[in-house]
Parts: sequence; structure tokens; C-alpha cells
Amino acid sequence: MISIENVKKVFSTKNGKVTAVDDIDLTIDKGEIFGIIGYSGAGKSTLIRMFNGLETPSSGSVVVAGREMSKIKGRELRQARQEIGMIFQHFNLLWSRTVRDNIAFPLEIAGVAKEERLKKVEELIKLVGLEGRGDSYPSQLSGGQKQRVGIARALANDPKVLLCDEATSALDPQTTDAILDLLVDINKRLGLTIVLITHEMHVIRKICHRVAVMEAGRVVELGPVLSVFKSPEQPITKRFVQQVTELEESKETIGHLLEQFPESKVVKLTFIGESAEQPVITNLIRQFNIAVNIVQGKVSQTQNGAYGSLFVHLTGEQEELAKAVAYLDKQEVSSEVISHA
Amino acid sequence: MLEQWFPNVDWEKMWEATNETLYMTGVSVLATFILGILLGLLLFLTAKGNIWENKAMYSIVSAFVNIFRSIPFIILIVLLIPFTKALVGTMIGENAALPALIIGAAPFYARMVEIGLREIDKGVIEAARAMGAKTSTIIFKVLLPESMPALISGITVTAIALVGYTAMAGVIGAGGLGNLAYLDGFQRSRSDVTLVATVVILIIVFVIQMIGDLITNRLDKR
Repeated sequence: MISIENVKKVFSTKNGKVTAVDDIDLTIDKGEIFGIIGYSGAGKSTLIRMFNGLETPSSGSVVVAGREMSKIKGRELRQARQEIGMIFQHFNLLWSRTVRDNIAFPLEIAGVAKEERLKKVEELIKLVGLEGRGDSYPSQLSGGQKQRVGIARALANDPKVLLCDEATSALDPQTTDAILDLLVDINKRLGLTIVLITHEMHVIRKICHRVAVMEAGRVVELGPVLSVFKSPEQPITKRFVQQVTELEESKETIGHLLEQFPESKVVKLTFIGESAEQPVITNLIRQFNIAVNIVQGKVSQTQNGAYGSLFVHLTGEQEELAKAVAYLDKQEVSSEVISHA
Repeated sequence: MLEQWFPNVDWEKMWEATNETLYMTGVSVLATFILGILLGLLLFLTAKGNIWENKAMYSIVSAFVNIFRSIPFIILIVLLIPFTKALVGTMIGENAALPALIIGAAPFYARMVEIGLREIDKGVIEAARAMGAKTSTIIFKVLLPESMPALISGITVTAIALVGYTAMAGVIGAGGLGNLAYLDGFQRSRSDVTLVATVVILIIVFVIQMIGDLITNRLDKR
């Protein structure tokens, strides 16, 4: 659906040239939810804006739904854009229009007749769950409702691709989850390809099939969400994964434990999919003469399976501890000894 | 009773002068609104980082606006005498005041339009572009509706300034309440005429402000 090759974007500023996007190759399949994660300034905003021609690459090619976005101009570009919906962090609704008229706006642009427009708008209002709010103005809506209007508006012309620019970053956690559920629902129901950029790993974990990690204009890691969670390679990816798996308080607890029992060990166990079903902890206690204390555990669902992490604190004889760690290493569960918090 | 308090006021003349002022204000406000929006849009669109970014064009329009905005109105009328004569054929009467009124007020209003347009959230314009909107669609369906409260409150301020300008134009022969207050009131030392003319101008200004506020509040759904 989307393929980009050797894409580069260089901005000339007062302080010289800044490379926002540095030689990126990506292929995104039809019907996929593809996430791009990175801190601000990583170039992800520039990258996603090339998908609908809001930015043109300095070099390389961007092909979306069979059209080379980097080459076309004028009417052809405008028509191509009608097939690519986009939603924004700050919703970008027209305050002067009601919900209904905001959703109708892209249909007006596409030149859809009034009667058909009204019918389509009603359908979309139902699809995003805004029944009864059609005549409200954006200022009368909550953030989540505004983003629902944004989504309905983006879907009005039956696009092939939906681009989400930090679509949940301005929303509270509950509303974020509701909007993400809506996106998954739309992806399944309409078979829509969704590309989203975010700085929250939670968003990637919850809805994406594949993820690309961006740093300084480059994609440094790319793969199915579950395998990136299981074995993150780059330090930046590890940090993002920690956003979801580790709680701030547990760091303190672990530090405290290691200080109090310098001879003991804290092990982080990571369960992926079916490995979660093995009685690892039971075996550990039965086979070795050690005490096992569970510090913290968490199981999260991703689009390609469950992912869990468990922090255990092991105390006992040095020799037994070493054996226990060796045993854990042999299991399908991946383990990591944490020496300092 | 009115005759007792204002012995020198000829009410028929006062009414006539009021109509002349309303006519001059009305026509010049309408023309200023249209011309100001055109100039304001041109300033906004050709400014840096915008759809028609064009440094030369922006500088030219900006210089034109600044020059005509800075000339004191009374001097502008005098400077425009040859132009007005060529256009209207005379220097006397309400129509003769119109060119100066419009040329004096439109650049002033154009700046207000530019400010109003700049206050529109850039993201909204980006969203319209992402939907595949043409520039004309962006102008008529995004820029103008989204800045309408600012455009209306701007034209209200400009209209009030124009009422003042018509009084100045009146002094040099354009008719209206300013003319009446100056010739019949001041020069003949009939202060009651000046007073009544001033009160009528005040009423006109209050009414304009009221209408402007009403429309602005009605339009603003933010």
C-alpha cells in the first residue's frame, strides 16, 4: 500500500542544513496498522507528512496506493489526498462548523452532491459513535469526541490509508484507549491501512501490528510489535519498551531490595504468547533451595499476542542462586538479571 | 420645547445631513470591507511560509498599505483632489468624499484582516490541504469563515473611524453632519447646532458598535 525508498528530507535553516529524514526505506502492507515511534525531533512528523504530500522529499520516492506522491502536483495531488485520510493531535476541526458540517467538509471538497453528503455524514456519525451530537459545535465537545469527529472526517471519502499524527497525545488515558479501540475496529471493519506516529509505547503495544523506531531521522529498529517487545536491540527501543513494562515505583523497590540483600538477585522474566503457560516459578521453587519473592508483574495484550513481564527477587546460597539463574536461562521464558535499578 | 432649547437648529437640515453622513459611511464601509479583505488576504497569503509565499509581492502590498495608512486623513483628501476630480467630476458633495474615505480606510482595515487571518490555527489550514482542498476552497471555506468574528469586529472599528473621517470630509465641502456642525454651528457661533450634530454622530457610533458586537457574538462559536 505504501512503499518509500531512499527518502531523505533536508531543511535549510539559519543555522545550516538539518536532515529531518535520513535515507529511509519502508514498506507498509494493505490492512496493516503500522506504528512509528520516536521522541520529538526524530523526524516522524516529517515522514508521515510525505505520505500525503504535505512535505516533499529532498530525494527518494514515496508511493502510496499506486501513486507517486513525491512527483504529482496540482489536481492529481489533490485527488490523491482525497484517498488518504489524516487525523491530528489537536484535531484541527473548523470551530465555525457543526460536527455534521465538519464531517461534510471533505465531501464538499470532493464535489459530492448534497443529498449523498447528508446520507454519508449520518453513517459516519454512527460509525464513530457520535449520535445526537451532529448539531453541536466543536467547542461543546470533549477531547475524545473531537477526535471522533476528526476520524469521521478523515474517513468521509472512503480513503485507502489513514494517517494518525500523534492522534491520542492530547487525550487522557481512558479516552486514548477508547479512540485506539475505535481505530482497531475501523481497521478490521473497513480493511483500512493505518499509519500512526506516536511517542507512547502504550499506543504501539495496544493496536500496532508492526513498529518502526525512529531516532535522528533514521529507522533504527523495525519488526512485529511482539518481537520488538521480546528482544529490543537498540538502547532507544529498550527505553520505549520499559515505558510499558516497568513501573517507576518498582525501580525504587528493586534498588531497595538489592541494597538490603546484596547477595540476592533480581531477575526480570519476559513471557511471550504461550510461554506464559509454563509453571516456571513453581519449578524454580521446587528444584532449588532458594526463596522466591515476586516484586511486580504485568501482562499486556498486543495485536499479535500476549506479552508479560515478572520481576522476582531470589535469595539463598550463592551456588543455588547461580543454578537457578542458569535454569531460567534455559527456559523459553527470557530472563535478565538486574544488577542495579 | 425643542425650539426653546435649540433655537437655531433646523431639523430638516439636520435630518438631511444625517442621511448624507449615513450614506457616506455606508458606501465607504461596504467598499472598505471588500477592498480590505482582498488586500488582507493578499498580505496573508504572500507572507512567509504561506500558500502564495512571494517576498516581492508581499513587500509591495505591505509598503502600499503602510503609506496610505500613515497619511493623516485631512492631508489625504487634499492629495487626492486631482484623482477625485477625474473620478467623480467634482469636489463638492457626498460622492466626492468617497474615494478619500475608501483609500484612507481600506489599508487600515487590510492590516486588521491580516491579523485576523494569522490568528487562524495553522493546523486547520493543513487539515484542509490534507483533504485535497484547492486554494480557493481554503480561502472561502476555511480562512474567511474561521476569521469572520475578527473581520466583523475589525470592520466595526473601521466603520467608527469612517464616521469621524466623514465629519472631516464634511468640513471641506462633502456635506453631512461634520459640514453642518462646522459651517452652521461653529462658524456662525450657534453652539446648539454643533451640540445636536455631535449627539447624532455619537448615536450613529453607538449603533454601529452595537450591531458589530451583536454579529460578532452571534458568529463566534469558539
